[in-house]
Amino acid sequence: MPSFAERASRTGQFLWSGWSGLAGLSVFAAIWQVAHEAYGSFILPSPLETLAAAQALLGDATAWQLLATTASRALSGFALAGVIGTAAGCFAGFHPAILRLVQPQITLMLGVPPIAWIVLLMIWFGTGAATVTTTAAVACLPIVFLGAAEGIASRDRLLDDMALSLGMGPFRRFIRITMPQMLNRLFPILVMALGTAFKAAVMAELLANAGGIGEALAVSRSNLDVANALAWILLSVSALLAVEYGLIQPTRSELEAWRRAARPWGVKR
Amino acid sequence: MSALHLTGIGHAFLGRTVLDRVTLSIGEGELVALVGPSGCGKSTLLHIAAGLVEPRQGHIIRSYTRHAVVFQEPRLLPWATARKNIGMAITANCSGRDRQAHIVAAAMAAALEEEDLDKYPVQLSGGMKQRTAIARALASEADFLFFDEPFTALDPALRRHMQDIVIRHVGGGKRAGLFITHDMAEAVRIAHRIVVLDRRGNGVLGERSVPLAPGERDDRMIFETVQHFMKKDPLFRHVEELDERRAG
Repeated sequence: MPSFAERASRTGQFLWSGWSGLAGLSVFAAIWQVAHEAYGSFILPSPLETLAAAQALLGDATAWQLLATTASRALSGFALAGVIGTAAGCFAGFHPAILRLVQPQITLMLGVPPIAWIVLLMIWFGTGAATVTTTAAVACLPIVFLGAAEGIASRDRLLDDMALSLGMGPFRRFIRITMPQMLNRLFPILVMALGTAFKAAVMAELLANAGGIGEALAVSRSNLDVANALAWILLSVSALLAVEYGLIQPTRSELEAWRRAARPWGVKR
Repeated sequence: MSALHLTGIGHAFLGRTVLDRVTLSIGEGELVALVGPSGCGKSTLLHIAAGLVEPRQGHIIRSYTRHAVVFQEPRLLPWATARKNIGMAITANCSGRDRQAHIVAAAMAAALEEEDLDKYPVQLSGGMKQRTAIARALASEADFLFFDEPFTALDPALRRHMQDIVIRHVGGGKRAGLFITHDMAEAVRIAHRIVVLDRRGNGVLGERSVPLAPGERDDRMIFETVQHFMKKDPLFRHVEELDERRAG
């Protein structure tokens, strides 16, 4: 068990690394400002105007509700894909023949444009939460599946033999030897899948007129209110960042404390 | 009464025979060194004896209760500390304190310091990793240990140190063991008996007992015995032959 001091120092480092993130965002804001000064407020409102618009939105309770609606749809789609994709991926990873049979279907699924999925799902489920959630799930299912399957297939078989020689049964071997290796592969992919789920959810909402951030964006577009549209984009990106840095990264650093040990002194991410 | 008895073991990979009619018996508290040229099937025989590979033919009779294997590579879990790596071998349901005491005792037996136990494998040197692997095998309370060329990657001084650990804890009544090695000096230093495998895996060519008990032999005696075996004894003629095509 890592000691309290170790954990505190890790949390401190994590928070401190926020400065470098902030510096990167400032550079982005500076370029944005230059573009704003070149094209004017109608085409591209300045970062400060956008922030003001976002602040105004956040003062409004309905805006919070829209954010929560989109976030819950994206997250449930992500969770659905995460559970199904990981379970199926693990199964396929252990059986190369199945993986080979499923691979073309994954390529097929990745090849179908998300727009086509939305059209199909709107016909099947109507224009509601189910369509949005399913679109998000369908968008991230293939990558989660492939990540889990590759994580299992590329496991270190020497460690398996070692565990077998100590007399571990198949269940304990899976939990203690194979799963940590699989998660190691899967985590970066889950981060990517989460982003994909948010993007797919907003897009589905916009096209299906299903409420949430997507519909708010559609309204801003019809009003030609660029500042409001940018504010919504800013808010949805913030919601994604909040989930990633509040939930996924801490879990990851908890599971991968050993990687930190491998890094030489003074080298930080 | 033998601890491990192999009769007529045969095995083939993709139709190519690697082992045929190998019979070998290891007594209780006896440490047997298995030597043979590179690629003659020593490792395969060990994997079969340890139950990691199913043999095509033959029978295995194990009269010990539990075994553990020290592999050529340490095979530690990279995400677990040395303490947890050693602890994973303990299957008995014992309290947390007993378990810790057990881990520390095994680590001490393998000459690991307690402060190293909270390090991850990446923070340990090659020798310490291999000692952790030995500590894991000792912690399992196995009464039979398999060694698959475990010290090949270590430098000579470290290797001697590790051999001393093996001499101290295997053989001498407590545990029996099978030790695979390329190094004749290593075999003469640690084993009660040296068994030579045929270079094509066609059974055991023969065996020689080494005088005195392991640990009582001095360097001069070891050197002279190795010289005698290699120069005068026809049994060892092919041991140092290299045939890389069959290696693996």
